[in-house]
Amino acid sequence: MIESLTDILATTVLYMTPLLLAAMGGLFSERSGVVNIGLEGLMTIGAFTAVVTTLETHNPWLGLVTAMLAGMLFSIPHAIASITFKADQVVSGVALNFLALGVAVYLVKSLYKGSGQTPDVQDVLQAMPIPGLENIPVIGPALFRAFPTTYLALIIVFIGYVVLYRTPFGMRLRAVGEHPQAAETMGVNVYRMRYTGVLISGALAGLGGASLSIAIGSQFSESTIAGQGFIALATLIFGKWHPFGVLGASTFFGFAVALALKGQLIGLTTYVPSEALNMLPYILTILALAGFVGRAEAPAAIGKTYETGGR
Amino acid sequence: MDAVEMKGITKRFPGIVANDGVNLKVKQGEIHALLGENGAGKSTLMNILFGLYQPDEGKILIKGKETEITGPTVAGELGIGMVHQHFMLVDPFTVTENIILGSEPTTNGMINKRRAEKEVQAISDRYGLKVDPRAKIRDISVGMQQRVEILKTLYRGAEILIFDEPTAVLAPQEIDELIVIMENLVKEGKTIIFITHKLKEIMRICDVVTIIRQGKFIGRVEVADTDENRLASMMVGRDVSFTVDKKPAKPKDKILSIRDIRVQDSRGVDAVRGLNMEIKAGEIVGLAGVDGNGQSELIEAITGLKKVQSGEVILNGKKITNLKPKTITHSGVGHIPEDRHRRGLVLDFSIGENMVLQTFDQKPFAKGWSLQYPAIHSYAKRLIEEFDVRTPDIHTPARALSGGNQQKGIIAREVDRDPDFLIAAQPTRGLDVGAIEGIHRRLIEQRDKGKAILLMSLELEEIWQLSDHIAVIYEGKIAGWVDPASTTEEEIGLLMAGYRAGTEVTS
Ligand SMILES: Nc1ncnc2c1ncn2[C@@H]1O[C@H](COP(=O)(O)OP(=O)(O)O)[C@@H](O)[C@H]1O
Ligand SMILES: [Mg+2]
Repeated sequence: MIESLTDILATTVLYMTPLLLAAMGGLFSERSGVVNIGLEGLMTIGAFTAVVTTLETHNPWLGLVTAMLAGMLFSIPHAIASITFKADQVVSGVALNFLALGVAVYLVKSLYKGSGQTPDVQDVLQAMPIPGLENIPVIGPALFRAFPTTYLALIIVFIGYVVLYRTPFGMRLRAVGEHPQAAETMGVNVYRMRYTGVLISGALAGLGGASLSIAIGSQFSESTIAGQGFIALATLIFGKWHPFGVLGASTFFGFAVALALKGQLIGLTTYVPSEALNMLPYILTILALAGFVGRAEAPAAIGKTYETGGR
Repeated sequence: MDAVEMKGITKRFPGIVANDGVNLKVKQGEIHALLGENGAGKSTLMNILFGLYQPDEGKILIKGKETEITGPTVAGELGIGMVHQHFMLVDPFTVTENIILGSEPTTNGMINKRRAEKEVQAISDRYGLKVDPRAKIRDISVGMQQRVEILKTLYRGAEILIFDEPTAVLAPQEIDELIVIMENLVKEGKTIIFITHKLKEIMRICDVVTIIRQGKFIGRVEVADTDENRLASMMVGRDVSFTVDKKPAKPKDKILSIRDIRVQDSRGVDAVRGLNMEIKAGEIVGLAGVDGNGQSELIEAITGLKKVQSGEVILNGKKITNLKPKTITHSGVGHIPEDRHRRGLVLDFSIGENMVLQTFDQKPFAKGWSLQYPAIHSYAKRLIEEFDVRTPDIHTPARALSGGNQQKGIIAREVDRDPDFLIAAQPTRGLDVGAIEGIHRRLIEQRDKGKAILLMSLELEEIWQLSDHIAVIYEGKIAGWVDPASTTEEEIGLLMAGYRAGTEVTS
């Protein structure tokens, strides 16, 4: 029984990671007032880039770095469309999702001789036990034998909190997402803050995608991301656009996945069909994205384009 | 020395010249009034001085030196600060966070909140602003928010302060407090540009007035050499009368009765607590009272926007209590709402479309499922002409109109439906004398046509001028009825403050 608990806990942490990374990315974008429906696409590009880089260089760390860069690169069109050209942010984000998936699948096909997926990566990231802590009963093996990407995600949550709530940059970013005119009159460059927010979201979502393809998994196909980007958006909403809230929400979603995968270990599947458990994260996501939860906490200027001197 | 000199400033927006060769000369250490009707171009001129807009033509000299103010940051460096007409505050932030935003004090890259709070407190104390540095904006009053705006400019070391219609949002005692603050500021050597269209305030605290009308520079006069009447005619371009001509009312049948109603406010607390009232055809009943005594809830309850907990609202002998707003509207209630932006207009719709907000689904504006735009347009055109709504055309979004013209549009729509009962809630809030005069005339005209009118206003003078009976509301009940012809300010004041001493005329 104890082992089953540990197992479920470990699975929770495993699946929490990509959501947490992508949602932290979304947090920076949406706190600046730009909706980022494109997280899914950015994760896709990140996952793809990480695999290709690692296959070529045999260095998964380099894979993480290129995944972040690729995510950033792909977030630029979204930033230009929605900030400079004041296009609808949702439409632009959706377009990004199509673009990213299309590009990734096309490149896989052309790089790997028409195959729908990449070859397996041999040099994936390895779990990184933390000496001492890993031996704590129950939680030790679950929490402290995780992938480096998990530790990275947790560090990013903490840094994200400090940056957003303790530094001038964070305060300006949040101000721009709440009341851009006010920020502008105080000498804050609204456009620059929003671009920065979107670029950070690209980098972190890319990293999140990489954590799926070269840590949890070991290859890339069009089903690698499979909606994780949308669940990350829901995570952001359930987490009330706050780093620690997002941490809690991603843990919850990770737990839901863990229940679906490991529910039979604790006999859960005798009461609930595993299909229903599998559906849980997606149902919650639909509820969140359809606006049944969390709207009240959203940054006030989210989704609204901004024009200097407009009113 | 001149702190500010603006020469021949011209600013064009699509379809409108907001400023047309405007001159402004402000001396160091004076309170300089910028006077003009709504839409005259005051805010535009000041947004140019503050660097939010760039002028198409003209020069700006600050302390004698020609400068190009390319943005608010540049304005800040030149010592120019602005308290905007629509506050520029981030709601979920604290007072201090709002003040330091953009120039945060830091230690090792982190915001030094303690130091910031101390500095804010110090400035607040120095000018008698009484602001709590740790309070969240969303929890403090409008008057307090305005002081945060003032603090924002002072924190940045502003020497020239622009106040854009600061008194429009304030209650009378808050205005007095603001005036004291402004006097303190001038004593400390600051220069103030004070935008307003309230002539009394100009006479009270300003040294010099610059008047603009329809974007054009009209004149610059010393306050000591002028009076309210002369200022008003310069502002409006014709003589205005401050007294309302009206014949004695000829009340007829009872139109509206309210029996013992109770209404809760948005937090679920009783706001109207057993209120009775009757209004007859051909009379105006003025509802006087300090803001927040149940006025808004009463009106929302009558119009069906809020639930009546108990009691009855009867219109022409029929119960309309808790009917749908639409049903109530069509049974003969017109409503000029308190908040014209939220309740009066759909700001992003054209002014033409706004004219049929209640009747768009009826003939001739709709046939079955389809809107009949030709009919809507010709109807809107007629109303706009008849009620002198100044707009480039009927397709202009309501948002782009000046407040006075937006209000004229609402009145046109409500009056033209020919309701038996008309509610006018703060009908002249934020409007200038010219517009106020016109709106007052309309209300009297409607009364003489035999409408029953309920006038809610926080301006006692307005109630006094227009009403045939005055009901004073206090804590959700009518504290007393007085006759405007014989009452005194003191009597109403006492009733407003909750002393039940008035001569009870009706009910
Ligand atoms: N950003 C803008 N875009 C288009 N028109 C504007 C803008 N700002 C002001 N106007 C128009 O310019 C005129 C002057 O407006 P404003 O300066 O706000 O007047 P005031 O402050 O004197 O009431 C009005 O007709 C207004 O509709
Ligand atoms: Mg203005």
